[in-house]
Amino acid sequence: MPDTVKLEVFRYRPEGEGEPLYETFEVPYRDEWMVLDALNQIKDHQDGTLSYRWACRMGVCGSCGMTVNGEPVLTCATYLEPFLPGPIRVEPLHGFPVIRDLVGDLEDFVGKLQRVKPWIIREEERSPSEGEYLQTPEEMDAYKRYSMCINCMLCYAACPIYELEPGFIGPAAIALAQRYNLDSRDEGARERHEVLAEHEGVWSCTFVGECSIVCPKDVDPAGAIQRYKVDATLDFFRSLVTPGRSP
Amino acid sequence: MKSQARIPTGRISDPGYPQASNPEYTRHHPRWYRRHMPIFWWLRKFAYTKFILRELTSQPVMYATLFLLGKVWVLSRGPEAYEIFVQWLSHPAFLAFHALVLVGLLFHTVTWLNLTPKALVLRVAGRKVPGWAIVGAHYGAWLGLSGVILWILAGR
Ligand code: SF4
Repeated sequence: MPDTVKLEVFRYRPEGEGEPLYETFEVPYRDEWMVLDALNQIKDHQDGTLSYRWACRMGVCGSCGMTVNGEPVLTCATYLEPFLPGPIRVEPLHGFPVIRDLVGDLEDFVGKLQRVKPWIIREEERSPSEGEYLQTPEEMDAYKRYSMCINCMLCYAACPIYELEPGFIGPAAIALAQRYNLDSRDEGARERHEVLAEHEGVWSCTFVGECSIVCPKDVDPAGAIQRYKVDATLDFFRSLVTPGRSP
Repeated sequence: MKSQARIPTGRISDPGYPQASNPEYTRHHPRWYRRHMPIFWWLRKFAYTKFILRELTSQPVMYATLFLLGKVWVLSRGPEAYEIFVQWLSHPAFLAFHALVLVGLLFHTVTWLNLTPKALVLRVAGRKVPGWAIVGAHYGAWLGLSGVILWILAGR
């Protein structure tokens, strides 16, 4: 095993050169180190100006997503070892404007997430005195997978359509819309339909499928989108044969 | 390892802090760097290339459909017309072209069928049908139909 490994880190200093460049750092190599540990080593011992996001370092907070050797990954869950002998190239996630170094601007996603109303919508709220909404394990199973999303944005970074067509609502937002649509307690599918069924909703997706491959939580956003396409199409035909029913 | 007397702290007062040499920069106002998709982005990853090929091979699918319709039309013009059509098709250039179309068709069909479990979630007797069963059923139907057509052709 080598003593050190080189990291080529994407640097963008808006007040400096104005153009990004790659800076090479040599960090000690440890078998049990993740890419994030190497970045922390740089920040703590070599260059305190290096900017990146991280918080939990256990694959839960979803903030340390970066592009490592071309692949979008959670850096807290990616060992240095498979990239030996290096150098390892660390860049910000694709598809997002870069604010500084490895920090992307995720504002666009936050807005889109709100548009799909990721909360339980009831036609009539029940008062707490009427008791809780009950749900069977099977009913929970219908949406549980989609509820595991940690908003890490790896799926957006893997999606070439999002990069080409920035209006696209995108994988995680659609998976989260489905998380509520498929919840037996929810009655908001019609409201979400307006956003999901428009061109920038599910129909922008051409099924590259990479979002589901890179997802660290096995959410399968690609599956959620294709299922919604099938449902929306069936709904449309049903509305044709059932008078008075809107698609 | 970079040996440095002191580590920059990231504060603007820090002597190690990169000087604001960019005249367009105003402090506390973001100036994003936006990357542009290169035209050959689909060569970046094998999965993207495969995706583009799947999309492109929908053209052979369209061609094959139109070709079939054309063939029916020629048939409706009588046996002589069909005879001439078949002779035409036996030209090596046509054969080569159709071999290419066949490769495209097969690629499109296989990649497309392999994706079906993503769009179809079936439950039978309360249990989810596994992906391999859905893919298998599609291949089964494909082979089955092809078999029926071959059987009809052979029984002529
Ligand atoms: S769907 Fe997966 S990859 Fe996309 S944001 Fe959620 S957890 Fe991350």
